[in-house]
Amino acid sequence: MATATHIDAHAHDDHDHEHHETFITKYIFSLDHKTIAKQFLITGIIWAIIGAGFSAIFRLQLGFPEADLSWLRPLLGKWIQPEGSLDPQFYLALVTMHGTIMVFFVLTAGLSGTFSNFLIPLQIGARDMASGFMNMLSYWFFFLSSVIMFISLFLETGPASGGWVVYPPLSALPQAMDGSGLGMTLWLVAIVFFIVSSLLGGINYITTIINLRTKGMTFSRLPLTIWSFFLTAVIGVLSFPVLFAAALLLVFDRSFGTSFYLSEIYIGGEALPNVGGSPILYQHLFWFLGHPEVYIVLLPALGITSEIIATNSRKPIFGYKAMIISMLGITVLSFVVWAHHMFVSGLSPFLGSIFMFLTLIIAIPSAVKVFNYLTTLWRGNIVFTPAMLFSIGLVSVFISGGITGIFLGNSAIDIQLHDTYFVVAHFHLVMGAASSFGLLAGVYHWFPKMFGRMLDRKLGYIHFWFTFIGIYAVFFPMHYIGIAGFPRRYYSFTNFDAFSGFTDLNAFISVAAILTFFGQFIFLFNFFYSIFRGKKAPLNPWKSTTLEWTTPRVAGHGNWPGEIPTVYRWPYDYSKPGAEDDFIPQTVPFSETMDSNLPHENDMIAIEKEESASEIVVDGAKGH
Amino acid sequence: MFGFYIVLAIFLVLAILLMIFRVSRLISVVKGSDEKSVTGSNNVNAILMVVFLVLFFGLMAWYSFAHFDSYDPPIASDHGLVTDKLFWRTMWITGIVFVITHILLFVFAYKYRYRENHRAEFYPHNNKLELLWTGVPAIVLTWLVISGFAAWSDITSKAPEDAEQIEITGQQFTWLIRYGGMDNEVGDYDYRLIDATNDLGMDFTDKANFDDFNNNSIVLPKGRPVLLKIRAKDVLHSVYMPHMRLKMDAVPGMPTQFWFVPNKTTEEMRIEENNPDFNFELACAEICGTSHFAMRRIVTVLEPEEYDKWKAEQKSWLSKNPDYMSQVPENLKELAVVTAGINE
Repeated sequence: MATATHIDAHAHDDHDHEHHETFITKYIFSLDHKTIAKQFLITGIIWAIIGAGFSAIFRLQLGFPEADLSWLRPLLGKWIQPEGSLDPQFYLALVTMHGTIMVFFVLTAGLSGTFSNFLIPLQIGARDMASGFMNMLSYWFFFLSSVIMFISLFLETGPASGGWVVYPPLSALPQAMDGSGLGMTLWLVAIVFFIVSSLLGGINYITTIINLRTKGMTFSRLPLTIWSFFLTAVIGVLSFPVLFAAALLLVFDRSFGTSFYLSEIYIGGEALPNVGGSPILYQHLFWFLGHPEVYIVLLPALGITSEIIATNSRKPIFGYKAMIISMLGITVLSFVVWAHHMFVSGLSPFLGSIFMFLTLIIAIPSAVKVFNYLTTLWRGNIVFTPAMLFSIGLVSVFISGGITGIFLGNSAIDIQLHDTYFVVAHFHLVMGAASSFGLLAGVYHWFPKMFGRMLDRKLGYIHFWFTFIGIYAVFFPMHYIGIAGFPRRYYSFTNFDAFSGFTDLNAFISVAAILTFFGQFIFLFNFFYSIFRGKKAPLNPWKSTTLEWTTPRVAGHGNWPGEIPTVYRWPYDYSKPGAEDDFIPQTVPFSETMDSNLPHENDMIAIEKEESASEIVVDGAKGH
Repeated sequence: MFGFYIVLAIFLVLAILLMIFRVSRLISVVKGSDEKSVTGSNNVNAILMVVFLVLFFGLMAWYSFAHFDSYDPPIASDHGLVTDKLFWRTMWITGIVFVITHILLFVFAYKYRYRENHRAEFYPHNNKLELLWTGVPAIVLTWLVISGFAAWSDITSKAPEDAEQIEITGQQFTWLIRYGGMDNEVGDYDYRLIDATNDLGMDFTDKANFDDFNNNSIVLPKGRPVLLKIRAKDVLHSVYMPHMRLKMDAVPGMPTQFWFVPNKTTEEMRIEENNPDFNFELACAEICGTSHFAMRRIVTVLEPEEYDKWKAEQKSWLSKNPDYMSQVPENLKELAVVTAGINE
């Protein structure tokens, strides 16, 4: 504890001296975690527009294969074929870049990067991250990665097009498809920088949470958001290096003639010299990150909703400890389920059965979380803020998408469903929609703290219902198409009798997808308008208990102008019987809430007194 | 000119929306409703929750039952019957969970919506409940895992000795199909022997190759085990026969396999589906390049007698390409001439 106090004192000194900020140090190369969070958020939003825009374009092809798309020529140029249809190779590029952008740039950097950065110091009571400089580097490596990936979109041969998983040999051999040329090289370079960014961020988050918690903020008093960011960072730090290895070996195979993933290949009229490699090795390495990655994007969303659902139900989150234990369970299990992506890859069937068993176990902690959310709503006093609506929406899509995971995790059933639209429906609901809802819920909830102004509530409601109905209209019908056996990443289905049905449903999905995409502009308008013109936010707009709402409306670098507040209780004292208000902030000591204390909390009062006495001694010692 | 009008129209619509937004904001300021933390919208949202629930379930139930036949492809293999049974069993179990949890979610949201001067119940935990909803899913999942495991072990078990051997090789963007011939053994290959004619790289030092024959479509006997020996020449592909409930990746450098028993002939299926043009199909299920979506082969299932007759009529690859006799080692030449059925 003494160390923590010491560091706090230091940070405070820095704060006092730091008044001469230039535009560059304040907004561009900023060390302030709040500014870096906003940088991540706005970059993430820009990528989201691009990534979702791509899906709108390829949905046009899938929904209306006969349509004349010449009107897109000003945007896409030669990728629109002379007769007006989308180029099949560019279709694959769009699918690939949609996946890459959404998974890495939007839902990893945009979600975890934004909220881990923004909330960790604010909610644990720290002046900033453990290393503000590393934090800044983390953003700028992400920015560099973004620039490289963005440039790859404009290449003559097109960006990477082998699917977001970029399986070799397709991704390793430029002669296999145009997108495996320079586009793939830039993809790999961008992803390597992205991994660097993620690791710099993750190490910082972990260090900050362990070392910089304010006085009284024990691990059992951390908001669930912080728990989720902590575990997310742990997953990232352990799994991203493996993707780095996968990418590095692929670089070697592509550029230096090694055979890690290549063996016995005859392509373009010649037999390649590579023997002894295994494409399956890449799949193991990729999914060793790829599966934990699902939880890297999902856990922060679940943490954010835990917080929002508790606040707006005006109830403590049900089963705080069970929530932590199930997140821990998910964290551990997320590392031992990766091969369920590979049941029909030629993997040993015995290994397949082990991974089926482990995969279905992970459904248990997920189910516990859902039931805990439901019980938190039960007998609540629910305020439907837009953030709350998106959180309820998240629970819904998490259930819908989670349930289909039980089919896919079963290797016998997966034989038929693997790589069909059933999988597309599954992961878009459980990972895509759930995490996006978490991201949007977080923005609606913490916007007042980020920008000191309120988002327009009514526009938020319209945005939610538009998006919620839209998401289901897009992804629910895909289950039927998947059960019917339609394979994913198909440019057109007309070649097969078995896949020639459902033109009506595919058109419906496309219309829904495009409308939902345009619906997001309601949010964008609200977001950018409210930054400048929104109503000024009160200090604690949602009557929340956590620390960030004890800072000034627009907090400076250092977050609290005076001393960092001390924490006395857990973050979920909502509607406590006997209390005056329906919430008690974490900073209120038990000695001030005699009427509402539970028996064991009365015992805490003595400890509180002891601690405040020892604090005086420490301060005295430091006074030289 | 037409484009200009469209842009103008979009601009006007956006301007109108912006005006509506500004006016409604001013009204809320005048009424003071933006100062309140909870407004009448709260009840509207609560009601919409229930409306959504009813519409969502209504549409889902209608489509699921009314269009069942269009999304449930017929099954034509023995193991497909098993995996489909598992699929629908899982569907019922998870369907029930799906319906119950959604009813609870949206009904709670409606029922416990904000009421003034009301306080939520302080109910932080209940270990019995946690144990209950840890234990019950665990038991149900165990059951699903065990039944899935049993099916998976059967499907991936060793193929019977007498299984018909068929080799399927994926290449951009077609499938090459080779039969084991009379000895029912697909011969050895070496990718370095591939040339324009010998596109599978058959190695003629292996005598199993002499009677192997190629075909443009897959022909299968009904009721007999079939072993697919799967490989790829260039990139990953995946052998996918939707009606057979069969999928297995084709990997360059690592042969894979899948054995199964077709249990319906194409003819039977045409009658059952009431579609004289019906054909089983082979598709690619692993992204392999630009024409990934066009890797189609027809699969024909015949009665066993018809199949035997068809197979006996096929000419060996070597007999069609006698030039390759030069690759056959001297001591096997005689055997090759006989087994390949070359008339000299």
